Amino acid sequence: MRALNVMKAAALGAAVIWAAGCSTTSTTTDADGAGMSGQGGAGADAYGAQGSGVSGTDMADLNQLRTVFYFDFDQSVVKQDGFADLEAHARYLAAHPSASIRLEGHADERGTREYNIALGERRAQSVERLLVVNGATASQIETISYGEEKPAVMGQGDASWSQNRRVELKYVSR
Amino acid sequence: MRQLLTMICLLLLTVGARAELVVEVTQGVEAPTPVAVVPFGWNGGQALPEDVAEIIGQDLSRSGFFKSLPRTSMLSFPTRQSEVFFRDWRVTGADYLLVGRMLPGEGGRVSIEFELHNVLKEQRVLGQRVESDLTHLRDAAHYIADQVFEALTGLKGAFSTRIVYVTAEQLGNQNARYRLQLADWDGARPRTILESREPIMSPAWSRDGRKLAYVSFESGRPAIYVQYLSTGKRERIQSFPGLNGAPAWSPDGNSMALVLSKDGNPEIYVLDLVSRQLQRITRHYSIDTEPTWSPDGKSIIFTSDRGGQPQIYKLDLGNRNLERLTYEGNYNARGRLTQDGRFLAMVHRPQGADFTIAVQDLKTGRLDILTQAGLEESPSIAPNGSIIIYASQEGGRGVLAAVSLDGQVRFRMPNRGGDVREPAWSPYLN
Repeated sequence: MRALNVMKAAALGAAVIWAAGCSTTSTTTDADGAGMSGQGGAGADAYGAQGSGVSGTDMADLNQLRTVFYFDFDQSVVKQDGFADLEAHARYLAAHPSASIRLEGHADERGTREYNIALGERRAQSVERLLVVNGATASQIETISYGEEKPAVMGQGDASWSQNRRVELKYVSR
Repeated sequence: MRQLLTMICLLLLTVGARAELVVEVTQGVEAPTPVAVVPFGWNGGQALPEDVAEIIGQDLSRSGFFKSLPRTSMLSFPTRQSEVFFRDWRVTGADYLLVGRMLPGEGGRVSIEFELHNVLKEQRVLGQRVESDLTHLRDAAHYIADQVFEALTGLKGAFSTRIVYVTAEQLGNQNARYRLQLADWDGARPRTILESREPIMSPAWSRDGRKLAYVSFESGRPAIYVQYLSTGKRERIQSFPGLNGAPAWSPDGNSMALVLSKDGNPEIYVLDLVSRQLQRITRHYSIDTEPTWSPDGKSIIFTSDRGGQPQIYKLDLGNRNLERLTYEGNYNARGRLTQDGRFLAMVHRPQGADFTIAVQDLKTGRLDILTQAGLEESPSIAPNGSIIIYASQEGGRGVLAAVSLDGQVRFRMPNRGGDVREPAWSPYLN
């Protein structure tokens, strides 16, 4: 358990370094992320704060977990409100070695298409890292990026864009 | 009833997206040169499938440099110099006069003889005979427009070139249709190159204009394909795990720069199309993407966020020297160079604004913003270096638009349904 915590800390540290590497984006885009914290429910406010609330990993609980995780503009750092649910997915994957998932990374329509494809992949990889650190095996996870090609919501403005900057977690087999 | 309505909507969407795009000039040069293109004579009996003079007049007007005189203002319809009364044309205000006649040949062949006259000097500027056939009259018209344009501006005409672009229609939840379309430069004669339910991206012309490279998700993952335009035959070039994107042909046509993330994150590679050897060009944990070649083939220009935000860099393939090219604004991406290598067109976001198309003079470093700020992207430069076509938005839909490098000429290509995006202007095709 202690070893796991160390790994979690390392993952967090890596995420922070990652964030620092791309920290020069404007502050206005950070603000729209706050509006997304309620999305999908079950969101914990801080890392691990509600970890005990999702201790079970059977199918019924799995269906309660968030499967869409949102990001700030030009950022690929997983937000804290998604940590608890991702840990629960990771626990399920660890307990069910034959289960597998597909992580689909997306970006909003701003900026260039090829850059956004790269950004979507980076987001999917951030989620993948968090899952692996929490017990999932890399071979259970497939990542793909669609960039800005498959928006969840049509239309312009922060309300649409913030919902399109996302990673969708889909079970290929349970 | 609702089903019927849905069906009608779907049909309308389909028709809309397939409809031809048409150039609408929104801004021309300050005083476009008035030119009269007189209907060409024809004594071949049957009606012709195309009005050659009208297409030439449209080409010249749509370039923004010329104003084509309406036929209703013409006092006569001469077809050769001996029938021209210059005084009549001075009255109409035309500076130049194009007359011509078409002569039927055997087996659908047509000879077109045309003369361009300077009305004020009463001098012949140009005269040529063009051989064509009834099915290629539009091509003949574009060719003549190219000759006239070059004679009067000194710039090589690009009316015989083509564009490719991607259309996307949303047909309901999780159901979309993507098409790769090929058309004349002005949107006429659209033809579908590829249709898919999964995204199509990043079309790129080979330098000989015979092949297209593009990214298609049709297999469920992104892969790079090359397709021959004459036969439709195609080949999957790369499909590694992760990204396979942003193909760019080298000037000699023997290599292709592309982006792969098979080693963990997006890096630029050069693929030798003959030996199929892959060479990794960048090595950095940041995003490196959107490669394009310098015209001499000696360096690669690409986008990287290694400095914290996307900026454009130039890598010398010989000595591996890396140079950052852009410093203004916090987002500069997808660079494209003019054929002389002097000007860099790009997507540029000024501090605190939205995305624009801008051009940087690499000799002086001067950056000019050419468009309004919005979601402008995907700049592609005409082979004569005079105009940039790009993707814009209008009423929430993707549309194509263009602006000259000096910002004087602008046109848009409105469409009625779906999104139109990722235009790529062909090289010279003849």
